Formats: sequence, C-alpha cells, structure tokens
Amino acid sequence: MALEKITSISGKGIYVHGDDIDTDRIIPARFMKCVTFDGLGEYLFHDVRKDPEGNEKEHNLNDPRFSQATLLLSGNNFGCGSSREHAPQAIYRAGFRAVIAEGYAEIFFGNCTGLGIPCIQATKEQISEIASTVEKDPNTEIEISIENSTVSYAGKTISIQIREGAKKNLVAGKWDPIAELLEAGSQIDQVAGKLNYMKS
Amino acid sequence: MPKNLFEKVWDAHSVRELSSGQTQLLIGTHLIHEVTSPQAFGMIRDLGLNVKFPNRTFATVDHIVPTNETVEPYSDPLAQAMIQELRNNSEEFGVTFFDTNTGKQGIVHIVGPEQGITQPGTTIACGDSHTATHGAFGAIAFGIGTSQVRDVLATQTLSLSKLKVRRINVEGELAPGVYAKDVILHIIRLLGVNGGTGFAYEYGGSVFENFTMEERMTVCNMSIEGGARVGYVNPDTITFNYLKGRPYASNGDSWEEQVEVWESFASDPDCSYEDVVNIRAEEVPPTVTWGINPAQAIAIHEHIPSVETSPEDQKESIAEALEYMKFEGNEAIMGKKIDVAFIGSCTNGRLSDLQEVAKYVQGYKVKEGVKALVVPGSQVVSKIAIELGLDKIFKEAGFEWRAAGCSMCLAMNPDKLIGDQLCASSSNRNFKGRQGSPTGRTLLMSPLMVAAAAIEGEVTDARETFGLLTVA
Repeated sequence: MALEKITSISGKGIYVHGDDIDTDRIIPARFMKCVTFDGLGEYLFHDVRKDPEGNEKEHNLNDPRFSQATLLLSGNNFGCGSSREHAPQAIYRAGFRAVIAEGYAEIFFGNCTGLGIPCIQATKEQISEIASTVEKDPNTEIEISIENSTVSYAGKTISIQIREGAKKNLVAGKWDPIAELLEAGSQIDQVAGKLNYMKS
Repeated sequence: MPKNLFEKVWDAHSVRELSSGQTQLLIGTHLIHEVTSPQAFGMIRDLGLNVKFPNRTFATVDHIVPTNETVEPYSDPLAQAMIQELRNNSEEFGVTFFDTNTGKQGIVHIVGPEQGITQPGTTIACGDSHTATHGAFGAIAFGIGTSQVRDVLATQTLSLSKLKVRRINVEGELAPGVYAKDVILHIIRLLGVNGGTGFAYEYGGSVFENFTMEERMTVCNMSIEGGARVGYVNPDTITFNYLKGRPYASNGDSWEEQVEVWESFASDPDCSYEDVVNIRAEEVPPTVTWGINPAQAIAIHEHIPSVETSPEDQKESIAEALEYMKFEGNEAIMGKKIDVAFIGSCTNGRLSDLQEVAKYVQGYKVKEGVKALVVPGSQVVSKIAIELGLDKIFKEAGFEWRAAGCSMCLAMNPDKLIGDQLCASSSNRNFKGRQGSPTGRTLLMSPLMVAAAAIEGEVTDARETFGLLTVA
C-alpha cells in the first residue's frame, strides 16, 4: 500500500469567497443517499452553483475562466459542521488537489489529510492577494511546497502554515494512516486488555 | 501530577506514538449508522480486512429512515438500499444492529446512552459530528469521517492529535423557561463557531452539576457547533444512577467496582486547563438564532443585528445571513411568522424534552397553517412517551406524532422544508439549506420555544405564552 509522497502541488486556483463554509454547503445532505462516493464531484457546492430551478448562478465556480482550477481558495473555518467525508470526497472527485484557506474545522481537516488533500493555512491578506491575482489571470500557476511551507505564484514566494502532523504524513507518503495503524497489531490488544469495558 | 478527564482517558487509551507525532488511540466503542458506514465496509472488504472488535461495534439506522411510514420497502428506493446495506454489513461482520424491528432503533446519539453503551472513562467514535453528545457521561467521543470509520472497523484505533482542554463554568441558577439548549447556544454565541477549534470543552459549574444526563447531552451535543470536536462533563452520581440497570451498562464487575473505575476518570480537583471561561447562569436568556450559523444568535427580546452597527470583521457575514434569511437589520426576531415547527433531533429529541413541552401545550392548539412535527429520538423514547400519553397531548394540540429518526434536522428523509419556509427548530444547525430546501430557513431554539412558536404562529417568548413569567 505504498502511497504517493505529497511534497508539492501545483495548479491553477479558484476563489470561493466567505468564512464558515460548512460541509452542508460543500455537499448538501440530499446527495449523500448513496453507498459509494462515486460521482459526488458533480454535486460539489451544488446549491452555491445553482438556484432552486437548476439554473447556474453567477459564481466563480460557474465561470469557465476557472474551469481548469485544481486548488481551492477560501476563508476561515472552512469545512465546519457535519463530519461527512462526502465533502472532501466531492472536492477531490471534482478535480481539486489542495485547499488554501485561513483556517479549517477540525474534522474536515483530518478527513482531507487522510485522502491526501493538503489543507494549507494562509492569512486573510495572503489569500486575498492570491485571489486577486487569480481573478486577473486565471492561468496563474500556483505552486505549493508542502516541504518548505511556501506558496509560489506570479514570481513571488510566500510562507504559509501547514500543521506539523499533516505535513509529516503528506511528505512521508503516510497520509492514509491505515497501514501504520495496522502495524500496531498486538499492542492494540494489550491496551484493550487493560480496559474492562472492552471485554464486554 | 493532577490530570483532567481528557488527559486520563487519552493516556488510558494511547497505543503508541506514530511517526507523524500523532497518537494511535484505542477507540473502545464504535457507533455506526447507514450514511457514513457503507463506504467504510466497502474499503475493508477491498483491503481484505475484518472488523477487529465486532462486540464493541454497534449499529443503528437514523438519518434516512422515514418517520411517517414504517412498512418496507420505503417509498424512497435509495433509503431502502441504505438500510439494507447496513443490515448486510452488520450480519456479515457480526455487528449488533438496533434495527427498526428491535424496539431499540433511533438516533445513534440517543441509542448509545439509553442502552448503557455510553460509559464514563471510555473513548467513542462515530461517523457523525454530533458524537460529542456522549461526552455527557465523561466519555471522550469523536466525530469522524468515513475513512476513519474504516480505520476503527479494521484496527479499533484512530490516528489523532491531542486536543487542548478548555474548562467552561456555568455557575448560578437558570431562570424558569431557560434550558440546556439556551446554555449551549449562549456559549457558542460568546465563543464563536470556531472558538473551540483544537479544543475539548469540559463543561462544569453548579448548572452542570445539577443538570440531568439528558440536559448534559444537549449541551455536549452542540460542542462541534462551537468548533470543539469533543465536549464532556465529569461523571458523578447522576451519571452512575442514569446508567444503572441499562442493558449494556454492566462490564462484568460488581457495580461498586465499576463505579470506582468510572469515578477515577473525573478531572482531579487541582488539574490544569489551557484556559477557563466563566459564565453566570442568570445571564443566559432564552436564545434563538437569526442567521446561518449557530453563533448568529440573540436573546428572544433582542433585535437582529444590523450591518451598520456590527464590528468590521462581521459585517460581511451578517449581510450574507440577513440576505439569506430575508430579514432586515435591527428588526425584532419576536413576531417572525413561521411555517414549520420541528421538535426532535439528537440535540432535543429525548424523553425529558418531550415531557417538558407536553407539560405546557395541553389546552393549546398549533396555529392554522403551521406544520408542527414531534419526532421522538428513538423507539425507546417513543414507547415511554406513548405510555405516558404524551403522543395524545401533542396530537390534540395539533402536532404530528412521528416515528423515531433524525428527520428534519438534516432532511435526508421525506421531512423537508419547502421553498423558503421558516422553521422554528429544536435541532442543531441553521446552515443554508440544512433542512432540505436550498432556500429553507431555520431558527434554532429550545423545544418549549418551538412549541410556543407553533402555537402563536410566530417566534415568541415561551415564558409569556405559557405564563412562566411573573407579571411585575
């Protein structure tokens, strides 16, 4: 189960404006009536993109200039609310490979990292500067170095944050923890053996 | 060194440090449901793995079950497929399934406690963000994603970073008509929707010491709405008395020994916290949300904030919320006409919630044109409520009495808002589109406030409707 070492990611960006964008907005619950994650990409930000009649709203996500984007830019507390992994799955399946935001809700952050989607933390000013650069030229190539905690675009390089544990896992190709968790083997049973409630 | 409960439970369940510096933590109890588990079972099948502790894995069905039809096949074939998938997976892997025919089915966060599965000093995980509910018992309970459901199924462990602990004291006495729901809405309003990111919230003080288990659950339930993945209350006699005699409460030891173990996990008196927040109970008003996140809340008699008078960093989000909610700044929330009233959910779908409302609604009628639903949180809650005659009281007052499930909290079943209907709701989220219509609007409040709104046909102060206030 060798995983890709995610040391850097590059691509074009799209800015989805706003703070506290919850996972219901990323993928509304009615699209979770499924037993696989296949096809979820189609419903990413469904109600942000479409009005109740199904017409496309005016939004960056509907703007063909940003159709090549693979890096998602947003505000603070991104991914708050429901723990649904359907949200990062939809993000990934719609072609996105990293998120750059001011901050993340805890569960969403873990879900993303586990799928190998780096969640980069930048300041409000940094994000609005990248967003306005992308707005002017959607073809701007953005390169995220996970190893160096930097983002490079339009000839400049800025320092950003990525949580230490996530960074180590991405760079080492251990972002999906299952292999390492399985390695613990009998150590798990030893800890369980000391807890009475585990026997019942 | 003195420790708080979080540290004690964490240490007792730590398997080892992983290469990233994170901890491999043993998850003692795994609760699963139909929406976030099918893919996880698919993953372990693909990897050729098994469920490591089927005896510590408990399933039920809640999100998609219809509450107005109990005969299968359900009219929604996707809902039928999801329940069937969970039946198959539970059978194949030997997992206990509280199915609809067991009399024990219900919202996973109501079923765990009422079966006595949720216990102090334990770790719990569930593919649902409201898992912190179980913290009311002094358990450390994590909401997780589906790949993590796979991790727990296959290894009974998770890779986690340790949280900091914030102590939140609420001291004093709550005024009549002020409930646990108001306490947590007030806390979220004060600390913000992301104030708890990276934290576990330890709730304490005289208000929590006097709260019943069901009230403690209501508060812990909404920890995630304040950004805290974990919330808990230290276990005490109220906790132990609640658990005594419940089907899964005994671990094989004598009751006294078991209580001794549970008590040993409570925070030491002189332990330390990352920070402490102090709140006076008298300052907690009946609280209602007006916006699109749970921190956008005001006291029932306050006015909705306006963009002009708001701090610079909030102007944009307030403008966005006002536009979505079709409200004007500076308007009163009192008097807003509602279309739907929903009493239920893992926040407020327990027996005591229904009892408290039933105490007051007798003799009143739901306003014409308002659709009012009461959805018990579990079949056990429903059964006892019916034995007590609560269903009759609600039906006579014009409420629909439904079968157990999550229902209109997230509207994955047929209970949905239509268009931009305004709903007074005892649930936990007022996000855009949360209750099933992309333009639907939600006002969060206590169950009694929902009932008052249903009767008046508009948002109102339940204390006035039901005569809880003494006239000065």
